[in-house]
Amino acid sequence: MESLYEALANLDGFIYPNEIALNWDLLIVMYPYITGLVAGAFILASLNRVFDIKALKPTYEISLLTALAFMLVATMPLITHLGQPLRFYEMLITPHLTSAMAIFGFVYLWYLMVVLLLEIWFDYRYDMVIWSQQKKGFMKFFYKALTLWISDTSPESRKTDEKFGYFITVIGIPSAFLLHGYVGFIFGSIKANPWWSTVMMPVIFLFSAMVSGIALVMFIYMAINYLRRKKTDIFCLDTIAKYLFYILILDFTLESLDQIHRIYEADESFDILKILVRGKLFFTFFIMQIGIGTLIPITTLGVLQFKKPRERTRKILYLIISIFVLVGIFFMRWNVVIGGQLFSKSFYGFTSYKVNLIGGTDVSLSLLWFIVPFFILAFLIWLLPPWKKFVEKTN
Amino acid sequence: MPLQVKRLLLAFAVFIAIMLVLKYFLTPDSWREYGAYRGKALTEISGKEAKYVEMETCAECHDTIAGLKTQGLHVSVQCEICHGPGYKHADDPDNNDLEIPRERQFCLRCHTKNMASPQDIIKQIDAVEHNEGEECITCHNPHQPWL
Amino acid sequence: MAINKENYTRRDFIKNSGMIAGGVVLVSLLNPFKLVFATKKPVGIGKWYGVGIDIEKCIGCGSCARACKIENEVPNEPFFFRNWVEQYTIMNDGQIKVSSPNGGIDGFKQPVPDENIYKTFFVPKMCNHCAKSPCTQVCPVGASFESPEGLALVDQSYCIGCGYCVQACPYGCRYIDPQKGVVDKCTLCYHRLEKGLNPACMMACPTGARIYGDLNDKESALSLFVKENNCAVLKPQLNTGSKLFYNALSQEVH
Repeated sequence: MESLYEALANLDGFIYPNEIALNWDLLIVMYPYITGLVAGAFILASLNRVFDIKALKPTYEISLLTALAFMLVATMPLITHLGQPLRFYEMLITPHLTSAMAIFGFVYLWYLMVVLLLEIWFDYRYDMVIWSQQKKGFMKFFYKALTLWISDTSPESRKTDEKFGYFITVIGIPSAFLLHGYVGFIFGSIKANPWWSTVMMPVIFLFSAMVSGIALVMFIYMAINYLRRKKTDIFCLDTIAKYLFYILILDFTLESLDQIHRIYEADESFDILKILVRGKLFFTFFIMQIGIGTLIPITTLGVLQFKKPRERTRKILYLIISIFVLVGIFFMRWNVVIGGQLFSKSFYGFTSYKVNLIGGTDVSLSLLWFIVPFFILAFLIWLLPPWKKFVEKTN
Repeated sequence: MPLQVKRLLLAFAVFIAIMLVLKYFLTPDSWREYGAYRGKALTEISGKEAKYVEMETCAECHDTIAGLKTQGLHVSVQCEICHGPGYKHADDPDNNDLEIPRERQFCLRCHTKNMASPQDIIKQIDAVEHNEGEECITCHNPHQPWL
Repeated sequence: MAINKENYTRRDFIKNSGMIAGGVVLVSLLNPFKLVFATKKPVGIGKWYGVGIDIEKCIGCGSCARACKIENEVPNEPFFFRNWVEQYTIMNDGQIKVSSPNGGIDGFKQPVPDENIYKTFFVPKMCNHCAKSPCTQVCPVGASFESPEGLALVDQSYCIGCGYCVQACPYGCRYIDPQKGVVDKCTLCYHRLEKGLNPACMMACPTGARIYGDLNDKESALSLFVKENNCAVLKPQLNTGSKLFYNALSQEVH
């Protein structure tokens, strides 16, 4: 309540009294951010499998496990943000079909159960059978349970795995598009809010998701190799960087198109949005999102496409870029979610939002939901180590 | 059909069955009575207690004041605007007194000079110049104000 | 990786995606451009409530906002309102000043000296009880709904408190109750209407600036008010089907 009184004292112009409280805080920033990481990491895995880009093979399992680790907590920021968190199940029991948000539970379940889990299951089934035969005690039982008590290792069964795994991946790409384009639609379909209400929103969310997911896998791939003291496959990194570069350009083009359209049309909301972007969003929009998150990575990656410095230098550059991109996309979500609530729908003024760094539940919970996936990922990698898979020798 | 697919379909069938059972038991009973919401919510909302009882109820006991009021300029002003909600007082008048505001500031809520107020509808006074420091009710009877 | 690849080529992928897209198009062809609002107006039966506010009669006393807070137990802090009053002041240099200190409950002060004022007036605000309400449209669980009488209501024992409706309301008429963790808004005092009483804000208005009535009944007070006055709704470009009609609404008001 004190922060509300502070916001009231610092009101800028006029705002509807109910708008002083900013309802969607940092947790709702985390929600599209984490969901985007899932969709992006999955797209990278699909590049390898469906589009048969062999250089990306070392990151295939890592991308899938990363996607799964983040997917498992993707709903948590939403649920913990609810005023009545224990009632979240109502969204699955009595979904209100005209609401863009109601379908999220089903899109989420579809993506988690039918796409991610199945793809990983088909990919690891053979290995889990072998591991269950090697291990003893509880782990033996655990792997057996994971294989659903199928111990078939015949070449035919592996062909089936491969066939269905591929099929799932093919379904998975539109599903990943659906998952994150859909998150964009949740914002883009709010006609009351001119900062959100644009047809481009799902597309922009999708491409920024791909950017952030690819950067995350790049980072995790390097981190894992560092922790295992293994050499990172620089050819693989170069390829990831190439795709990151392409998609960054696409993402930046789309976002620019959206803004140019907004500026040129300059409808009734333009005056207030101009003050918003130049004022309260200046740091997060121009410096963090566009500068650090987009222009620096694009320039660096662009130069790297033509001029290749030493391997070590490139690795350091890739590491920095992946972190920059991850930070930049976080601020892109921030600018959408928080930026959209800073101005009044009366177009006559602004409220303010300060993150409570100390003692704020939104900050601690947001941090929690960002850190937990890394622990889940560590567990998944321990359970299903990609480098202990039994690689086919026939190929 | 390959064994893996059979097992998976079985697992999915079990999952969907659990979801359907949950849906059956967790859906509220008056769901979709009128639309995609709990029909009982309507009766719950309409069942809330009304706090303002309106002038007719006041006039049942305070008939002289009500009569006085009908002849003055405050005829359209409800008793409870100044005296507060009367539901407790109407139920049990002995134990629930209503407020009787006497301060100048209270009258000025409506009668303070403001260009945004329509001049022909409300008498406005300049609070600084008009008998500063005096309570309004020493000269004006709030139940039958005169000019 | 090389097993059975010939069955699933990139072409197949494009074909699959095309089929999905085609399916979507087909479904939308079967029912083209159907509105996806949460409610449909019942045809010709029962009441269909609307509200009328006469700006020329509003004296800015804030009695409506005060009565509403008491009647509906709205939290006392100045961040939660089911209705409030705004003071618009348009200055001679064209500058527009809007204020609503504590929703107008404690009265207003005019900060601009009279000689600089071009035009000034009060605008009482409350839920528009839209016929095509964007707020009930987006409720994910059906806790926000439109009653058969055309009132946008909230089932507080079912609301999950996601705040999506707060974002979707173009008029800023909803808030999350900090104690209950659920959304709250104007009900047009549904509980009073059912008992034959006037909504608290309309009862409290000393000048009769606010009225409500049945839009299905062409002889009702509201229908006549809309007929006899030059009425407008807020933000008509958003097509919310607002049923809050203002007489003498200035174009500066959003």
